[in-house]
Amino acid sequence: MNPRLTRRRFIKGVIYSSAAAMSGAGLYLTNAQSQSGAAVERLISINVNGRTRRVDVLPQETLAHTLRYKLDLTGTKLGCNRGECGACTVLIDDVTNYACSTLTHSVRQREVTTVEGLRSPDGQLHPVQQAFLDELGPQCGFCTPGQVVATVALLKSNPRPTREEARQALSGNLCRCGAYDHYLNGVMRASGQLS
Amino acid sequence: MPSHDVMPNMELYQPVQVEDALALAGRLAERGWLLGGGQDTYGWLKDRTKSPEAMIDLNGIESLRGVREIADGIEIGALTTLTELANNPLVRERYSLLADAAVKVASPQIRNVGTVGGNLVQDVRCWYYRRGLSCYRAGGNLCYADTPQGMNREHAIFNASRCVAVTPSDTAPALVALDASMVIRSSEGERVVPAEEFFVGPNVDIRNTTVLRPGEILTAVRLPATWANATFYFEKVADRNVWDFALVNIAVAMRESGGVIQDARFVAGAVQCTPRRLVDVENAVRGQPRNEATAQMLGTLASQGAQPLNHNGFKIHLVDSLARRALIA
Repeated sequence: MNPRLTRRRFIKGVIYSSAAAMSGAGLYLTNAQSQSGAAVERLISINVNGRTRRVDVLPQETLAHTLRYKLDLTGTKLGCNRGECGACTVLIDDVTNYACSTLTHSVRQREVTTVEGLRSPDGQLHPVQQAFLDELGPQCGFCTPGQVVATVALLKSNPRPTREEARQALSGNLCRCGAYDHYLNGVMRASGQLS
Repeated sequence: MPSHDVMPNMELYQPVQVEDALALAGRLAERGWLLGGGQDTYGWLKDRTKSPEAMIDLNGIESLRGVREIADGIEIGALTTLTELANNPLVRERYSLLADAAVKVASPQIRNVGTVGGNLVQDVRCWYYRRGLSCYRAGGNLCYADTPQGMNREHAIFNASRCVAVTPSDTAPALVALDASMVIRSSEGERVVPAEEFFVGPNVDIRNTTVLRPGEILTAVRLPATWANATFYFEKVADRNVWDFALVNIAVAMRESGGVIQDARFVAGAVQCTPRRLVDVENAVRGQPRNEATAQMLGTLASQGAQPLNHNGFKIHLVDSLARRALIA
């Protein structure tokens, strides 16, 4: 079995289990332990990547948490969890948002798009993803989903941005490898301005 | 500091009528937390520094959104996002100062959800306070920033009173410069407060930076025609171009006629707890042409009376320079 899946399933299992006294599950455990008192999960429907997903959500739960730990959409990364890095950028009604700083309950009537929702049904990469690969955008790759999603949003509203416009549009996404110029080259390629 | 990536348990109310939100705010008072874009909320809650019992999410209240023309100027709903504000044709055409300020806030994603109301009522960024230390502002009896070892590079150079934190807002100086007024509602009724009186320093209220009280909601901001289509200047100086709060920012509105400045508003942010009207500068430039000579004449007028801390003396030169640049840009 794929070891990554095993680890992910293990952590998810711990979140769901009420026997939360185990010690190895890191940060999420503290949450699981404190799930008593007034706040209760409610079953809601949210539209993610064109599909209606039914999921139990706490009142104070962030979208990043729901996506990663309940819907298994781990393409959306959690970097700072503070709205200070951009790794968790998703589209909500085609506008970029930090999923770590969005309540899941606030997206019930809206359309959420994550990096998983970009490729075509036959598995072909989105032009932005392909352009980022061609321009060697990702180095460590952790910020890449956020950079891809921010670029997709930019090109929807501005199909042929200048490099400066692209710089502004991606300015809410940190890259600790410093591959900014590669990403900007990718934006230029994806918008057909680089051959 | 314990670090959590999830928020503690709390209730969430999502009213769609402002009356329902007011009733909730009145009933919950200090136990409730008004939620706009949430970008100044989730950090407090994830850190367990603030512990409300319930969030009142205002985002479903459509009447609090958008920009409307009113008899004397425009009215901006408090839930209007900073992106909407920066792109709004009415604002860009008549009050570009505010659009210029809004587009300087934080990052694109934060501006997409961050609201003008939230940008005005956001709490100060002093890290000692944010860390949950028992400082004056948190109800304690000392200031950690204003000590020999305190890190106070970003703190106040004017009007400190026990607390030395500064206003973090970019839109607040612009709204003070535009003589805006704040529409505040509670279940008891409505009051309208001039922007300059909306913000209060620690000498007036050590725990709050505005006159908003529990049970009240800032519902709108009104801009009178007074400064519509005036000559504007906004500049924000920060360590980074994105995300960072201002080290100093300045919002300037000027009416020129016959080659001289008839009247002006100079307002600096991040130099004290409230947006600071530079009244001496305003008086000095009145009747003068907008040029290099007038800028030179200002000298160090903008920083008169400054009392820097150990690490923020640079703000004196910064506020002087920004005031001068408004006249030659």
